[in-house]
Amino acid sequence: METLNYRFEQGSRKLAAEPKIVGVVSSGNLEVLIESATLDGACEIVIQTAAAGFGPIWQAVMHDFQQRWQLSDTRIAINDMGATPAVVSLRLDQAVETMLGGAS
Amino acid sequence: MNAPTRVWDSLQRNRAERLARAQTALGGDLAGKALPAARIADLLHAVLECGDRVCIEGNNQKQADFLAGALSRLDAARINNLHMLQSVLALPEHLDVFERGVASKLDFSFSGPQAGRVARLASAGKLNIGAIHTYLELFGRYFIDLPPRVSLVAAEAADRKGNIYTGPNTEDTPVIVEATSFKNGIVIVQVNQIMDQLPRIDIPGDWVDFVVESPTPYYIEPLFTRDPALISEIQVLMAMMAIKGIYAEYEIQRLNHGIGFDTAAIELLLPTYAESLGLRGKIGTNWALNPHPALIPAIEAGFVESIHSFGSELGMENYIRARPDVFAVGPDGSMRSNRAYCQAAGHYACDMFIGSTLQIDLQGNSSTATLGRIAGFGGAPNMGADARGRRHASPAWLKAGRQARAGTSAIPRGQKLVVQMVETFREHMQPAFVEKLDAWELAEQAKMAIPPVMIYGDDVTHILTEEGIANLLLCRTAEEREQAIRGVAGYTPVGLARDKRMVENLRDRGIIQRAEDLGIDKRLATRDLLAAKNMKDLVRASGGLYDPPKRFRNW
Repeated sequence: METLNYRFEQGSRKLAAEPKIVGVVSSGNLEVLIESATLDGACEIVIQTAAAGFGPIWQAVMHDFQQRWQLSDTRIAINDMGATPAVVSLRLDQAVETMLGGAS
Repeated sequence: MNAPTRVWDSLQRNRAERLARAQTALGGDLAGKALPAARIADLLHAVLECGDRVCIEGNNQKQADFLAGALSRLDAARINNLHMLQSVLALPEHLDVFERGVASKLDFSFSGPQAGRVARLASAGKLNIGAIHTYLELFGRYFIDLPPRVSLVAAEAADRKGNIYTGPNTEDTPVIVEATSFKNGIVIVQVNQIMDQLPRIDIPGDWVDFVVESPTPYYIEPLFTRDPALISEIQVLMAMMAIKGIYAEYEIQRLNHGIGFDTAAIELLLPTYAESLGLRGKIGTNWALNPHPALIPAIEAGFVESIHSFGSELGMENYIRARPDVFAVGPDGSMRSNRAYCQAAGHYACDMFIGSTLQIDLQGNSSTATLGRIAGFGGAPNMGADARGRRHASPAWLKAGRQARAGTSAIPRGQKLVVQMVETFREHMQPAFVEKLDAWELAEQAKMAIPPVMIYGDDVTHILTEEGIANLLLCRTAEEREQAIRGVAGYTPVGLARDKRMVENLRDRGIIQRAEDLGIDKRLATRDLLAAKNMKDLVRASGGLYDPPKRFRNW
């Protein structure tokens, strides 16, 4: 088990107040909790992962995610069971798109 | 001086000798061309000669398993140094013949399940590999420089005159029998039953020398069945990108799908996602494809006009029989497939091949070779290659050709779309994108003349990953091409080493397209979008006509 923490400053997009959980904790998958939080405009991400040693990839995946969405005052908690970067990115994008609403 | 008199009929004479030896060995046990299963070893010892080229029907589906077993148990002191020809090495018996010294040389196409043992026997010097081929290439050599002296094939039924009913899994049988029979070789057929009256005649009796009812029906592998329950959301997302970014973009009507869950996902999204985009009748109408169970919902939804098949698929027989407008069926109502014709059709008559792979390098070369395994190619290279002999036009072919030639003075022609679809990481976080293919090292280990590449980069037109589509047709320089590949290679080392500015530039020019660039709503990328979510759904979609093999009956 490894715990990784990331904080991205000066986001521009706030999410709805209602927290959202997507995904499931099962092999090759992950669970994501997204909630709004007062963080001085930052987005904080904490990752608990079953697969140790992939810090640089997580860093890149989270960086690109924040590049896409520019979240502010958002806290994200990830419970990972060895999901690939593809699954992580898709889950996160799905969660944000759902919270932002709009026609599907 | 008189020139020595040349003998012009040595093959015919040799054939007559073999038949005479068989007659002597079997005597009264021959009923017409039928012999009892218990006498098979006597027949093989009689008709075979040391060093013979022997073609055994190992397809990727049906297997002449009874004959393979008999061959592997022959007395190696009497019959040895056989040169085996076969499209697929699937059974342990196919390698036992080398282990036991009955055979010593091999020309083949594919050895998926036995790939590790092929590599071990080759390095131990027990198996001398002539070459690894694609299917059409190997079939071609059966007629040119490798005609079999004896062929051992499998079929559904025979009569005592040797007429053969292959049943739906016709596969390689016609091409093997024709190549053997018309070069005066010997054809031996194992059948599931000997009948007085066949449902139809697929191979005429005078091309066949012996038939034997095998104690158990031939083994057949349901190679093309994919349980929809195992399709992931990433595969759904990639299938959405394929449909919107490639099928709709090029109006792909005639196509071939590779094996695997990636393309099964596309098949299962036709009646849902493609339907919602108004694409019914516009894409995916005519197929060179085995009867994939995953295509049932699309057939039922009216997407599919026709399917021609390499082989059949276990459990699909009754469904096929009930959809004769879609499949190729004989006057008796059952399907006839044909691997050689379908490979030719897939090469020349299809606008697109899309399939999965294991490794892609920076030039777009794609390979399924991994160290310690000599797996071969099968048919994918015949499908996944531009048909340079093609001359007829279609919108998809013309558009691909235009894109490849835009801005040059090259004479107008079309091009086949060859799409490699792959997740950036395989299982155990193995990157699918690499600087150098494992194929290079394998070639060195196995002393091959060239690295075993499945699809050459200059034939690949698109690479599709969960990160997006790279359109290689639009790349103008080797550098653009490399960055286009890196630009969809995700978080693999190859992907992380991209030139970000150049990749953004390629994206602005539409050479790289992300899901969001294609207007795809990722919230829809869930398993709910699959027209069937499990095997039972497929059975239901078929109106109960599809009868999955036991191992897939998980409800």
